[in-house]
Amino acid sequence: MSTRVADALYLIPIISFILALRFLSNPAHARRGNQIGAAGMLVAIAVTWIKAGGGSWWALVLAMAIGGGFGAVAARKVRMTAMPQMVALFNGVGGGAAALIALAELHRILPPPGRPTYDVSTAIALSGLIGAISFAGSMVAFAKLQELIGGRPITYPGQNVGNIVLLVGLVVFAIALAAGVQDQWLLWVVVGGGALFGVLFVLPIGGADMPVVISLLNAFTGLAVAIGGFELQNNVLIVAGMLVGASGTLLTLLMGRAMNRSIGNLLFGAFGQVTAEAAAIAAGTDGGTVRSASAEDVAVMLAYAHKVVFVPGYGLAVAQAQHDVRQLADLLEEKGVEVSYAIHPVAGRMPGHMNVLLAEANVPYPQLKEMDEANPEFSRTDVAVVVGANDVVNPDARANRGSPIYGMPILNVDDAQAVVVLKRSMNPGFAGIENPLFYNPKTVMLFGDAKESITKLVADVKSL
Amino acid sequence: MSHSMLLVFEVTILVLAIFLGFEVISKVPTLLHTPLMSGTNAIHGIVVAGAMIVLASGHKGPFIWIIGFLAVVLGSANVVGGFVVTDRMLEMFKKREPPKRDEQ
Repeated sequence: MSTRVADALYLIPIISFILALRFLSNPAHARRGNQIGAAGMLVAIAVTWIKAGGGSWWALVLAMAIGGGFGAVAARKVRMTAMPQMVALFNGVGGGAAALIALAELHRILPPPGRPTYDVSTAIALSGLIGAISFAGSMVAFAKLQELIGGRPITYPGQNVGNIVLLVGLVVFAIALAAGVQDQWLLWVVVGGGALFGVLFVLPIGGADMPVVISLLNAFTGLAVAIGGFELQNNVLIVAGMLVGASGTLLTLLMGRAMNRSIGNLLFGAFGQVTAEAAAIAAGTDGGTVRSASAEDVAVMLAYAHKVVFVPGYGLAVAQAQHDVRQLADLLEEKGVEVSYAIHPVAGRMPGHMNVLLAEANVPYPQLKEMDEANPEFSRTDVAVVVGANDVVNPDARANRGSPIYGMPILNVDDAQAVVVLKRSMNPGFAGIENPLFYNPKTVMLFGDAKESITKLVADVKSL
Repeated sequence: MSHSMLLVFEVTILVLAIFLGFEVISKVPTLLHTPLMSGTNAIHGIVVAGAMIVLASGHKGPFIWIIGFLAVVLGSANVVGGFVVTDRMLEMFKKREPPKRDEQ
């Protein structure tokens, strides 16, 4: 197949990818969009096969069977609660592939008298660097989310300075490579250094900031793939990669806005280091008392309420309590209680994490309210049930200037008549920040594993 | 087409794709942000096409063959895993469940 025919046929996948994203604007036909995207991908692979395949077809089949088999099994087996690390993993391998392509292309072109043109050498340097950062960064994010390494920020003195020096060094090498110092070892340094930077850059970022990191790494991989398209003069790589790059960038900005923090602060701020000042102010809450309640008490509160709002957080995912929450909600609805769910944009470990979990539990999506929609409703809510969320309902974000999360828009659950907080213990949440909500006279705490607590509530509501 | 013309053409496509991406993505509701992430994740699996081109030129040396092979493995894991995960997620988003399913 000539390049021209192949390029024309590549229009099919390009259009199908755009449609796939377009269909995502409505949950009713989002799934069909994804299928259109997958079909487009098949066309892209078929066209590439016919265009380039030829000699080593058995190697292609073998490699695709290994990779595709792993992807299919992993994707089918993974529990919905482990989705963030799965997304990170698949994102990482894509970035890794882009970096490998850069290595192979330079190796193919370089033997004398071969010399890449400047645009190709620039593309090789950039996609090698960005792909490697994305690969290694995603692997660290995966390890953190899978709890292979601690989720808390890992920090050490001189961290930011060290990272910046490393990055500047890598950029210098990349520029040298692009400008014509064409030695393969230079690209190896760029790729290896990029991988090191990826590790060092994600390590200090805490679990609560993972939604931002994952969408940023997603953008990186997209960018690396798009640049890879310049190496291979392949339009479909350029368009598809850049669509992803733009989407990841936009999501990253949205997440940053939802936390009211600049991207720089998120990436280099090593969230979770409580400032001495904030700790001192928070210590003032020691005067308050925490009221704990039994499941029976809470069941009565819920059953006789008019309107109950559930506020899920990462704790819901950890306890895998989404099905039990829906069961409780169903019971309450049978008793005539109006039930909805208030979802904070950064609750959980990836953008939209809570929506997916609740969808898994068959919660109809019109019941899922975004923050802007949910907040005005709290004032006419009888009981707000906070399930495993902490920072996203912390009133300090509104009131305490010293708090590390000051300025972050939160769900105003304290506007409700009563607040029930399901929590394992009084340990401060992920970020180690005190939460005055727990000391609010309106609040009662229901201690214990979220899943067990909800199961008890279901039994108690049933027996009423 | 000369090389520089091709480059200009490619950069044009790149820039248009950026704007198109922003435009399309800004219409996706927060409800679907996770499927959006994993769906775009699957789309950048197109890197497998690049990897295939590299592996297909594997007769030019064992280094290219090995790197190309690895790249195809990673790329296909990206494609298949990305689309399957997204499909599983989107399958779950339903408007109304059939009433009364309390058998648990």
